[in-house]
Amino acid sequence: MTPSPITIFRARRILTMNPARPEATHVAVRDGRILGAGPLEELAGWGPYTLDDTFADKVLMPGFVEGHSHAAEGTFWRYTYLGRFDRMDPEGKVWPGAQSIEDVVTRLQEAERQLASPTESLAGWGLDPIYYGDRRVVRADFDRVSTTRAVGVMHASGHIFNVNSRALELAGLLRPGVNHPGIPLGDDGLPTGELKGPDAMTLVGAHIGFDREALANDENGLRRFAKLCVRQGVTTATDLANLLPDDAVSMMARVTGEAGFPVRIVSFRRFQALTPEQAVEIAVKLKAKSTDRLRLGAVKLFVDGSIQGFSARLRWPGYYNGAPNGLWYTPPEAISGLYKLALQKGVLVHSHTNGDQATEMALDCLEGALLEQPARDHRFTLQHCQLADAAQFRRMARLGMCANLFPNHHFYWGDQHYETTVGPERAMRMNACATALASGVPLAIHSDAPVTPLGPLFTAWGAVNRRTASGRTLGTSEAISVADALRTITLGAAWTLKLDGEVGSIECGKRADFAVLEDDPLEIAPENLKDVRIWGTVQGGRLFPANGA
Amino acid sequence: MSDTRTRGRLPVTVIGGYLGTGKTTLVNRLLRAADGQRLAVLVNDFGATPIDRDLIVSADGDTLEISGGCVCCSYGSDLMDTLMALPAQRPDIERVVLETSGVALPGMVASAVTLLPAYRIDGIVVMVDVETVRTMADDAYLGDTITRQLGAADLVVANRCDLVDEASLQQTLAWLAVQSPAARILPATRADIAPDLLLGLRDTALPRLSATLATPGAPDAASLYESLELDVPEDIDAAELGRRLSAPGTGVLRAKGILNGVALHVVGRRFEVDEAPAGAKPGRLVVIGLRRDFDHRAVAEALQPRLSTSLRSF
Repeated sequence: MTPSPITIFRARRILTMNPARPEATHVAVRDGRILGAGPLEELAGWGPYTLDDTFADKVLMPGFVEGHSHAAEGTFWRYTYLGRFDRMDPEGKVWPGAQSIEDVVTRLQEAERQLASPTESLAGWGLDPIYYGDRRVVRADFDRVSTTRAVGVMHASGHIFNVNSRALELAGLLRPGVNHPGIPLGDDGLPTGELKGPDAMTLVGAHIGFDREALANDENGLRRFAKLCVRQGVTTATDLANLLPDDAVSMMARVTGEAGFPVRIVSFRRFQALTPEQAVEIAVKLKAKSTDRLRLGAVKLFVDGSIQGFSARLRWPGYYNGAPNGLWYTPPEAISGLYKLALQKGVLVHSHTNGDQATEMALDCLEGALLEQPARDHRFTLQHCQLADAAQFRRMARLGMCANLFPNHHFYWGDQHYETTVGPERAMRMNACATALASGVPLAIHSDAPVTPLGPLFTAWGAVNRRTASGRTLGTSEAISVADALRTITLGAAWTLKLDGEVGSIECGKRADFAVLEDDPLEIAPENLKDVRIWGTVQGGRLFPANGA
Repeated sequence: MSDTRTRGRLPVTVIGGYLGTGKTTLVNRLLRAADGQRLAVLVNDFGATPIDRDLIVSADGDTLEISGGCVCCSYGSDLMDTLMALPAQRPDIERVVLETSGVALPGMVASAVTLLPAYRIDGIVVMVDVETVRTMADDAYLGDTITRQLGAADLVVANRCDLVDEASLQQTLAWLAVQSPAARILPATRADIAPDLLLGLRDTALPRLSATLATPGAPDAASLYESLELDVPEDIDAAELGRRLSAPGTGVLRAKGILNGVALHVVGRRFEVDEAPAGAKPGRLVVIGLRRDFDHRAVAEALQPRLSTSLRSF
């Protein structure tokens, strides 16, 4: 049998993340996997090869692993982008940030003119009014866009909608007497158009095009998400909370299986309305359906809510502004039950904990579960885990728990955390990457796209610089080095997914997954790490230029 | 049930409380006691709330058909979607029983339900296990969830009374009265409370009332409750009557009356005036109270057309 052909890529520099050989100039690839990285003469020993110079002036890194994202980012680009900061869409177009409420309205008016039918709804996303001063966005703002069609915009946090009068009317909410904490009323006694929290949002979602059906099982959205991954150097991306009904799994298997699909998708089954027994049984069945580019069989659990939504569970002394403590999303009995059974069956569980009390609860539950069901290498991971303190990181290390922290929050909401939610001291230690590493906790960092833009190098920049949108630096003692940050977005994230034996470094035997960079992240100034230009990716040995076909 | 559309908004009974307090037992009891009333029972998940097998006629995904025309759905995180779809899917449904997850805050859930014009909150019932509730309330993780649940209750079912001695029961009841000062507190064992307290008092069911309360096998329950049937004067204002019956101290657990073309519903500290069902006979009020604290005089006074507050407080 003739072996498959070998391609050797020559590069300006290859950062391998393999400590035995941290740098190389060439990497040899056969059957989509790496034969080795090193000098050409060494690699030539594998037999006849084709030398590929495409990357001769580029820097290769292991393909980035996004350990906490949602494929819904691809879906959201069907709506009008209205965020405060520039954001690149899947086609590579950069949408400039909206500078004012007026700017937001103008963009919606422009999008409105493109619509043919007078009743078709209009949706936008990414709105973040905290940048526009104290004035709230109200329904009159969007009534200037249309009074005949429903207009609705999702905030960047994903926790709030702003809608126009028509949308309220369709939802039966344009009436006096509405009494709900998530629906502020104006001086006229009618809702202002701001709808906070899932219950209030659900009422209008379907009328403005944000219904569940639009968001679930979105084939186009998945393709667009994959394009975004290529633009950001990502070759393995999580889709971290999916209900994974059969038709969605079939669609995902088909699309990811296409010859030109550029990303490995790791989709977690959301633990919701299930007993631990059911969840683990489903996970085991899903795992059997995994392919190279669609990895199934892990479970995502929600312990609490979000910090900026005041639904995260905090320990004493609670929220800085005195807001009541947040909500538990899963009872401890269910968490313990799931952990124990998942340990027994070898099912990976990642748990969303934002507040430090939620983190403590997850640690207690895992500690108890491990006593009953010892497991050596479970890789259970706390996702977000934003407020964990040093003692909690030490405990995580002892229990073998990993942390996937959220440094993007510093930039987008750090000022809000400093001033309102948790106050200066805890805002400075939030997402304590340095403490995690010093404690020996396996560390990943993430974007939670579409909450913040997908982009591991931006996330790494956040962990290195801890800069807020206003220019404040949040806790230099928790900043990590560029080298450590680059490791967390490759091997670090791969470890939390139990994929570190397959991806995350460039060395013999691993998948030929590369992030192809125009600039060298180790040479560029650390404060410019987010500006490293990205050519595209190589995934399984296949080339995906970001600006290619 | 062809008159469903003229019945006004669908009443929703919210049942909250932590795991192991007897919510599932209560839900199964209500399904057994429905007696022709078409209930939609919404539960977070069937795994946590197993419906008694003998009640299930058929199962299809998230929906169970229950004997007697009731239906049971699991809603997961889609409660609002489930509620929005229900009236069209099941126009025959007369009442919704909504069981919340153990860590949910029933007051918040009820507040969300009020956003849907098709529904009204009939009552918020919070179940507690009298043996464990005070320990739970001191739990660093769950304490505030338990006390917030209690703070939103119209009726508190103090369940599992058989597990504690009388002295400890009295202490716990006194403690509950502090946590839920406005709610009515119902001691119970195995979630055995009179179903009519929650399922409403149907006009056709009036004769059945005392029979239900004296159900054989539940002697404790029968002796706990007392019911009154009263004539309502023509000129009394329904909202004012509701306010009086639901005021602290009356001992009224539930009342229903048809007066001046409207229906008055009282559940514990909550009352609501809704449109009267078609064909309902006006002028009658049914009141159920806990025998122990039922204040007959307060009920009688509530029916006086005008009543100065000084008279009541003597």
